[in-house]
Amino acid sequence: MFEALSDRFEGVLGRLRGKGLLTEADVDDAMREIRLALLEADVNFTVVKNFVARVRERALGEELSKALNPGQQVVKIVNEELTRTLGGETIRIAYSAKPPTVVLMAGLQGSGKTTNSAKLARWFKSQGRHPLLVGADLQRPAAVEQLRTLGRQLEVPVFSEATDPVAVAAAGIAEARRTGRDVVIVDTAGRLAIDAELMDEVRRISEAVNPNYTFLVIDAMTGQDAVTTAEAFHQTLELDGVILTKLDGDARGGAALSVKEVVGRPIAFASTGEKLDEFDLFHPDRLAGRILGMGDMLTLIEKAEQVFEKEETEAAAARLLEGQFTFEDFLDQMQQLKKMGPLSGVLGMMPGVPKEVRNAQIDDREIARVEAIIRSMTPAERRDPDLIDQSRRLRIAKGSGSDPTRVAELIKQFKEMSKMMKRMGGMGSKKLAKSRRKAGKTKGKGPGGRTTGGGRVAPNTKAPLRLPNLDPTTLGKGSGLPDLGLPGLGDGGFGGGSGGGFGRG
Amino acid sequence: MSQVLIIALVLVVLLGTGLGLVVSRRRGRSGILEPPSPAPVRPARTTLVEPEVPPASEPDAATVDVGTTEPAVESESEPESEAKLEPEPAPEPQPEPEPRVIEKPRFRDRLSKARNALSGYMGAIGGRSKIDAETWDELEEALILADVGVNATQELLTHLRAQVKAQGLSTGEELLTALKAELTVRLTGFDRELHFSDAEGPTVWLFVGVNGVGKTTTIGKLGAREVAAGHRVIMAAGDTFRAAAAEQLGMWADRAGAELVRGNEGGDPSAVIFDGVAAAAARGADLVLGDTAGRLHNKTNLMEELRKVRRVADQGAGTVTEVLLVLDATTGQNGLVQAQQFTDAVELTGVVLTKLDGSAKGGIVIAIHEQLGIPVKAVGLGEGIDDLVPFDAAEFVDALFS
Repeated sequence: MFEALSDRFEGVLGRLRGKGLLTEADVDDAMREIRLALLEADVNFTVVKNFVARVRERALGEELSKALNPGQQVVKIVNEELTRTLGGETIRIAYSAKPPTVVLMAGLQGSGKTTNSAKLARWFKSQGRHPLLVGADLQRPAAVEQLRTLGRQLEVPVFSEATDPVAVAAAGIAEARRTGRDVVIVDTAGRLAIDAELMDEVRRISEAVNPNYTFLVIDAMTGQDAVTTAEAFHQTLELDGVILTKLDGDARGGAALSVKEVVGRPIAFASTGEKLDEFDLFHPDRLAGRILGMGDMLTLIEKAEQVFEKEETEAAAARLLEGQFTFEDFLDQMQQLKKMGPLSGVLGMMPGVPKEVRNAQIDDREIARVEAIIRSMTPAERRDPDLIDQSRRLRIAKGSGSDPTRVAELIKQFKEMSKMMKRMGGMGSKKLAKSRRKAGKTKGKGPGGRTTGGGRVAPNTKAPLRLPNLDPTTLGKGSGLPDLGLPGLGDGGFGGGSGGGFGRG
Repeated sequence: MSQVLIIALVLVVLLGTGLGLVVSRRRGRSGILEPPSPAPVRPARTTLVEPEVPPASEPDAATVDVGTTEPAVESESEPESEAKLEPEPAPEPQPEPEPRVIEKPRFRDRLSKARNALSGYMGAIGGRSKIDAETWDELEEALILADVGVNATQELLTHLRAQVKAQGLSTGEELLTALKAELTVRLTGFDRELHFSDAEGPTVWLFVGVNGVGKTTTIGKLGAREVAAGHRVIMAAGDTFRAAAAEQLGMWADRAGAELVRGNEGGDPSAVIFDGVAAAAARGADLVLGDTAGRLHNKTNLMEELRKVRRVADQGAGTVTEVLLVLDATTGQNGLVQAQQFTDAVELTGVVLTKLDGSAKGGIVIAIHEQLGIPVKAVGLGEGIDDLVPFDAAEFVDALFS
């Protein structure tokens, strides 16, 4: 999600960025397009109106006249306002001094309360807590049964009884005390915000359990109504945050942008898939960068942390930059890379990836094909591809179900890539020294400082590989990667320009 | 192929180099991600200096720890709570299971409570004695807030502007009437019947849609309606993914007086639907309502699975006459994308618009009618078994602006 919105923003802001001088008409044009982009993304009408007004005022005000590069300055303003709209920091769960900590889940029908109650239980469990799920949705047929099934999968106990929702919720707390569970998650029935009777019921549930946290579960695909719903629930229950579900769809996320602005409560958690572990804390601060096409390095790195074997990867990267990267290393790294999910998803989170590449249909089966070819090589061949002559190539092609031309192509590209990486590795050492000298100066580089030019290099040489100036806090603000210099991720390389043979053809 | 290779290599470098430094810094910074209390005691802050020694395994240790304590606590509480609840039908406004004369709730009865928000708004426009820029702005706002969509709204307004000029409309009231008439015209002329097959063997209606839109509930309500109309109905629980989905449908089948065919959880949905059709043929039922698991339309594999369900549903004795997209009225502009993707995959014959009794207006169906030519065939107006009514364009538009 957010891709479509980010494309639009990139287009609008890209045009501004290049301009040395901005007229009021330029700004108005840009604001009109931003307004449309936001409305198309289902951002609430009023929120859009205010957002555009704020940006326009700042852009035409003092700030701009003083700026050296007005276009860049507008981008910065948009980024800041967007970050502000989306709302500050990641929520911190403070546990009740007197357990259990009670969490109440509320929302419309079908927003995903039951599933996300279970996901939340899993999350608490991963935090070392002992959750109890309470099924107070006695309305929807089999809702409690669903919760029980999920509870079994998670090995989290589920409490419910066929009385009435308020009584069940209250009894659930007692049950938690009795059995020593320190977190209670109360799942409630879906209800419409305008249904006075049911809203009163959920208020009584809330009074009965006195929750530490009340979360509203909202579907990311919700349209303009998201705000109405959130306001109504907030009035009745005083929300502490929002759980955004179905984030893995292709909705443009307007609901996410609107709710925080209107009820002033952050998005606390987000659900990004059907599996129970596809759920985590939401990082509002990272979202702005993603919408503005600046990637989301922090999330990417977090994901990478989970799947990559750090030392091995570092060693492989070192070999790569020294020109000693073999097919064997490549195979290893591919295995780990695959664990991070589809390539296109990973790519979407990287900053500075050109739109064409990000949107290109990347077929993950290609990876399987490449893998098959490599697996059909002998270990010796993997280490030294020069061994591969015509007959070996034929054998490899047969073994992998492809044809000799493809094998040859792969080997050729792999070699050229290694060569290029080596060149960059070499340049990197010089660059590294330089960037160290500059380090002090480049710290607070403004947002939008995307890496440009394929010539930028990975500043890296020997053992402790590191990225100078890769400061997570600036990354979080989507400030681009001042000195990361993704090789080939800038303007060259991918497009098939300077890389020589690295085009997509 | 080259593209993939490049991307992969770049990622390898990036991640390889990126990890060392950032990992260690983050460890120092974030208090949130660490389990707040459990056993392993360690300094709250690690120093940022040595990127090479982040205690990468620690969170694992914590989890393991949890894992071992878990069962002990559980064994105490599990049987207890297990015993307490029979999967018994909820003590809920159980509709009379007796011969039901279905009284069709009308749009407006249901919608009246939802109207308040907007009526003040449209009242304001209607009350204007002249049509000025502000009137247009308000109209635009109203349409966008009803999820009609930016493009459709712009196009409607352009059209209306021309009309205002040509017909010399001068008051807000006239403008509103013109808008309603225009919308109603655009929504008429569609086939909104739910068709039965002329061929021998049972008729099959499939229900598809994203998660949580109300597919199962819709089947329950529609099943009750068709049973009341004298059909023998089989509900096939093709949602083998979500926990307890088949149980949910089973309860609806009981209420509706229909029969249930189900498979194993995690089984092949096509097989369940196929079995449903076979069972219908064997038992002489004439209608099979095929439930499917909710799926996001951008998940290629799940859409492939749905294609298969659609193919297989026709293979047996039955004939598929309706493939209905169930769409939640709260859905915004993504609704159009959903309709597009689902119709590409399984050729939709219609839409069931659910939850229209809330404050959402479901304006996106206008674009679905216009751009895709897919009509809304039924509307869900509540959780009761009788709360499903045929779509009526004039009433829909009226409700949108009354």
